[in-house]
Amino acid sequence: MSKLLVSPSPHIHADVSTSALMRDVVIALIPAVLVSVVFYGWSELLVLGVSVASCVLLEYLVTRFMMHKPSTIGDLSAVVTGLLLAMNLPSSTPWWIVFIGAVVAICVAKLSFGGLGQNVFNPAIAGRVFLLISFPMQMTTWEAPQGLFGADAISGATPLGQVKEGLLAGTPLSELVNSDYLSMLFTNIGGSAGEISALALLAGFVYLLCRRVIKPHVTLSIWATVALVSLIFSLAAPERFTGPLFNLLTGGMILGSCFMATDYVTSPMSVVGGIVYGIGIGFITMMIRYFGSYPEGMSFAILLMNAVVPLLNMWFHQKKYGRA
Amino acid sequence: MNRTFSIGGVHPHDSKISKDCAIEALPLPPTVYISVAQHIGAPAKPIVAPGDKVKVGQPIAEPGGFVSAFIHSSVSGTVKSIAPRADLAGNKQMCIEIAVEGDEWYEGIDTSDTLNTDFSDDNKEIIEKIRLGGIVGLGGATFPTHVKLSPPPGKVCETLIINGCECEPYLTSDYRTLLEKGPQVVTGTAILKQALSVDKAVIAIEENKPQAIEYINKLLSDLRKVSSKYTGITVMSLRKRYPQGGEKQLIDAVMHRQVKSGGLPIDVGAVVQNVGTALAVYDAVQKRKPLIDNTITVTGECFPRQANLLVRVGTPLSFIIDYLGGMPADAAKVISGGPMMGKAISNLDAATLKGTSSLLFLTEKQTRRRPESSCIRCGRCADACPMGLEPFLLNRLAHAGLTDELEKNAVQDCIECGCCLYSCPANIPLLDHIRQAKGQVMGIIRARAAAAKAAASK
Repeated sequence: MSKLLVSPSPHIHADVSTSALMRDVVIALIPAVLVSVVFYGWSELLVLGVSVASCVLLEYLVTRFMMHKPSTIGDLSAVVTGLLLAMNLPSSTPWWIVFIGAVVAICVAKLSFGGLGQNVFNPAIAGRVFLLISFPMQMTTWEAPQGLFGADAISGATPLGQVKEGLLAGTPLSELVNSDYLSMLFTNIGGSAGEISALALLAGFVYLLCRRVIKPHVTLSIWATVALVSLIFSLAAPERFTGPLFNLLTGGMILGSCFMATDYVTSPMSVVGGIVYGIGIGFITMMIRYFGSYPEGMSFAILLMNAVVPLLNMWFHQKKYGRA
Repeated sequence: MNRTFSIGGVHPHDSKISKDCAIEALPLPPTVYISVAQHIGAPAKPIVAPGDKVKVGQPIAEPGGFVSAFIHSSVSGTVKSIAPRADLAGNKQMCIEIAVEGDEWYEGIDTSDTLNTDFSDDNKEIIEKIRLGGIVGLGGATFPTHVKLSPPPGKVCETLIINGCECEPYLTSDYRTLLEKGPQVVTGTAILKQALSVDKAVIAIEENKPQAIEYINKLLSDLRKVSSKYTGITVMSLRKRYPQGGEKQLIDAVMHRQVKSGGLPIDVGAVVQNVGTALAVYDAVQKRKPLIDNTITVTGECFPRQANLLVRVGTPLSFIIDYLGGMPADAAKVISGGPMMGKAISNLDAATLKGTSSLLFLTEKQTRRRPESSCIRCGRCADACPMGLEPFLLNRLAHAGLTDELEKNAVQDCIECGCCLYSCPANIPLLDHIRQAKGQVMGIIRARAAAAKAAASK
């Protein structure tokens, strides 16, 4: 008789793996990727291609030849980082800037901390923020969408950028805000490629919820905070401050709250911690939008709250059985 | 919506492929090996010697302490030896070897199938019969039942819970017992309820066993018309969720109360007994039949024949396997118990114990541990932990050897249910490390308590 295996319990495992979870995130991003390619055309396809390819290649090279470890590209987390980085950039970004973003995301923000699971900051956001500070011109010049099939193009600055510049120039807010929220929900937002369709992003978010890849508490807490803060401010001074719907649908709010703030590694472990984390992101975003010099603040807010996560993990724990 | 426990839990596929196999009696093996250590507490002391003739149900070992139990011969025949023998894990345990000759039962045991649902009002007599019957808890812990029925002074039992959850995948012996020995289980429940002097007893069954729920409900309503001893017993249907059959989780699900860390169920007014135990209590009290056999599920997709077998205690596992068609070629692991908490068997010559609930055969593909990768801090282990612990944190602390921090983060509360390792996408052997750390911390806690006791008595 052959020898029997002996090992401690449990003897079975749920059919779940890191790569399967990451694959679900990739699937969830497909609708938004497709919409952005259709609207921005070949230039967006180039940004996506360069970003994903450099993230995967860099992760392979660094883990194999600098860290002397088995390659971790199989877990697909580099693909997710590459997609998210590309979605956070204007489609007009030159390929070499995209590559620098990938270097910062993968080599600096992720692998120098020890790789997946060890990083404090969301790699894609770290890459984007580095580029935003280093190449402000290229990062805030928004190419009007050309469209893969010559679809209708919209022009110029982002809605939040228009508001910020207009207010500085003394234009009344009512003339600056485009209140066509329905078209915002579908497509017509200038800005980073990933922001173009809130609806496509939300579809991906719902997919992740249904597959139980993520829980909704972080996202909902961001939305609630943004809605509440902007409601209070816009009611108090409607001529200066934009309202809830406008803030929820612009400036990478959906992309950030659904796909970036919900990153496992850089968000708190407990539900209560996650809600506090979401409140922090929502509040900081609104403060930057209303009082800061950048028109939008989602990336900075997430990055700042990433730094607080270890503390949140120390303060907030799950409720234990039989212990008050 | 049915009740369930409030923290954590997982939903493994229930894989109950043997649920339609009626209980069949396994033929007698040529030899049985009856261990004297089949329960929690002190091993029993043999009271027979090699050469003695014994009958089925005859006591062959007596309790070795307060928390201990009688052991009875499960066969008739001649005692061959009393010697150490390798158990399921290969550890030596004192065993009484008996060569089987015929099937002659001990005097006073009622071997008929006649159902007797009326029982005495004398609680002392009932508990004594349970003690003499060598009844131990058959839900896994094998704690002597008569001890559990005698709560310490000052503690009052409010609810008796009969555990019919059988939340482990594959296991079906409790389910078959409910369907085939329902009246006996219900009578056993009434006996236990009376012995504890409680008004309320709940038979808890998960909702994926609707036939059992319906049948027991019907039996109860019939018996309530006949005797007042059956009032106060109800069936509670629970949502399907592992580890609902864990004592602490079941109390939470049924009573919405949580046992404090280090406490006992009786502290919150609960006593939990298993379906199999209720049947054994019926046998001991109504039939004077001691615990000499139990139902064992033999199952696994790779196993040639699924079965629920009534097996005499001390039957060699290899005898059971050969009876059902032999060891399948692709079976890589044999487990005593369920796939979540059962123990892998290394020695198929070992004999069954009172508490053996199943033999599960898994292929290498089903049971293989995949290579470990980095923790992605997804928090699935913490979501799954039914004790509300944070396995990812305990694992890190265990690696660092920080016993103070481990104790502060309640590693000693771990019930080793396996939910953390089961749900980890990075295949980190969380429970392996936590189990070791728990042992270490428990040792420290015990040493501290002993030191405090010694200091107090000075």
